[in-house]
Amino acid sequence: MSTPLSSMLLVLMASFIGSFGAVFLKAASTRFVLNVRTLLTNYWLMAGIALYLLSSYFFVLGVRKGELTILYPLVSLGYIWTLFWSRLFFNEPLTRNKFAGLGMIIGGIILLQLGNR
Amino acid sequence: MNAAGVESADHVRSKAAKSRPTLIVFFCTVIGAVSQILIKMGAGTLSHSSPIAMLASPPLFAGYALYGISTILLVLALKHAELSMLYPIIALTYVWVAGLSVMIFHEPLNFFKVAGIAAIVLGVGVLGKGSKK
Repeated sequence: MSTPLSSMLLVLMASFIGSFGAVFLKAASTRFVLNVRTLLTNYWLMAGIALYLLSSYFFVLGVRKGELTILYPLVSLGYIWTLFWSRLFFNEPLTRNKFAGLGMIIGGIILLQLGNR
Repeated sequence: MNAAGVESADHVRSKAAKSRPTLIVFFCTVIGAVSQILIKMGAGTLSHSSPIAMLASPPLFAGYALYGISTILLVLALKHAELSMLYPIIALTYVWVAGLSVMIFHEPLNFFKVAGIAAIVLGVGVLGKGSKK
């Protein structure tokens, strides 16, 4: 394997944490006012940004070793987590297209694993 | 005749308004891909894994600055366009990152990698269609 499993797990972790960042930003957007004090006390926004920073930290650790052709496409896992959180937290419907896209992304990641040699 | 003229001008205007976000998003995918290459360059030369070492790495800093710019541009473009239409363009980032990785890091490609990336690009495109009601 040219790209170590540890690197892939770190990128996976980054995508997972980043998807929570998106949830917090979405929650923050309903309370969004363009005013410095309001922005700084919008804890949803601050938490979302903090989660994105944490996610970037893990992403950088993840891409230290291994190939970007394998690691970068793993970022697409973020779409899958976000799909579930949107359903869970915002009651957005899971449509047939979303399931099809999800299947293709998972299939693509399996193919990449076969190509990781 | 006058009415027809006004209508066609409106049509041209709405066409331009539709293609502009598309072009901006396309541009975002290119600079987004370049940012990933810089991040990989910076990450690969980190001496240790502290956040301070990350902030002090010029390629990492430049990479995240570019990433920030592309994200802000993307958000601005999304204000004027439907997200579902733009997902397939956003997914192109995966293609550029792979191409640049081959060119700059001489990473090998093989059948499974190409097929995997193609499936992910299609998947992200299809997923976006699901966000439309």
